[in-house]
Amino acid sequence: MIEFIKEPWPWYVAGPLIGLMVPLLLVFGNKALGISSSLRHICAMCVPLDIKYFQYEWKNEKWNLAFVGGIIIGGMIAGHFMMGDGKVAISEETVSDLTALGIQDFSSYLPGDLFSWESLISLRGLIFMVFGGFLVGFGTRYANGCTSGHSISGLSNFQLGSLVATISFFVGGLVMTHLILPFIL
Amino acid sequence: MKNITYLVFGIVFGIVLTKAEVISWFRIQEMFRFQSFHMYGIIGSAIVVGAISILLLKKFNVKTINGESINFPKKPFNKAAIFGGILFGLGWALTGACPGPIFAIIGNGYGVFVITLFFALLGVWVYGLLQEKLPH
Repeated sequence: MIEFIKEPWPWYVAGPLIGLMVPLLLVFGNKALGISSSLRHICAMCVPLDIKYFQYEWKNEKWNLAFVGGIIIGGMIAGHFMMGDGKVAISEETVSDLTALGIQDFSSYLPGDLFSWESLISLRGLIFMVFGGFLVGFGTRYANGCTSGHSISGLSNFQLGSLVATISFFVGGLVMTHLILPFIL
Repeated sequence: MKNITYLVFGIVFGIVLTKAEVISWFRIQEMFRFQSFHMYGIIGSAIVVGAISILLLKKFNVKTINGESINFPKKPFNKAAIFGGILFGLGWALTGACPGPIFAIIGNGYGVFVITLFFALLGVWVYGLLQEKLPH
């Protein structure tokens, strides 16, 4: 049991658990699984100004903020008490592709080469952490949902908009990975 | 008090995202390079379980615990799904994180991701500012 907790979980354990969030949230409170909405609620709470997109009763959406607060705590619990060596067992091909692009640190979940306070002052760090973050926020709200809201929740209810959005997520991801990353890494 | 339930669901979600390495930039790179089944297995089986659950909820006309009819998630098609989706995809491959994992990564102690979260919020805010001028 302890080994199972410390080891990375296989897809067939994690995927169904994520999928179960969809009916659980619907049955417990008529809520649709979706994380990127929380970013909108935080904006509406902190700096709505007179922007129309932020004029709504964010207080009715507190459940969503509790949910993402839980995700932070869940990350803490898993990171502190349920962690093996923290090394991610990605495929050999991925390691060699990324090594060829100059990534050296494979010791944890994220490459320290790119994601650290020190690299924040480099152009590369700014592109990955700052510009990347901006695109995630801008894009998910423009698309009206992210991986959870569209690809899990929306696709589970066979929504055309979610299918189009999910394909578009992949188009963007493939363009970045194969056409742009070689120039910025 | 009701929000405690959602906090607990969130904790479970954060643990699963971490333990299945969904929060790993390496796993996202591996996915976009088609070099492992892992992420496809996670997303695919999550959709299968979600879809079967929704079919069952509809078939048996299940109500919420408060006795309300369930509002199933509606995401009609519009062009914004394409434009926004591509922009998000570009950012997903850079950060290796969609919004859920951004929060879980911070929980895992990668403090610098607070910066990524801040700029994601700025992105949302700028979207709000420009919304009426953008094609939808």
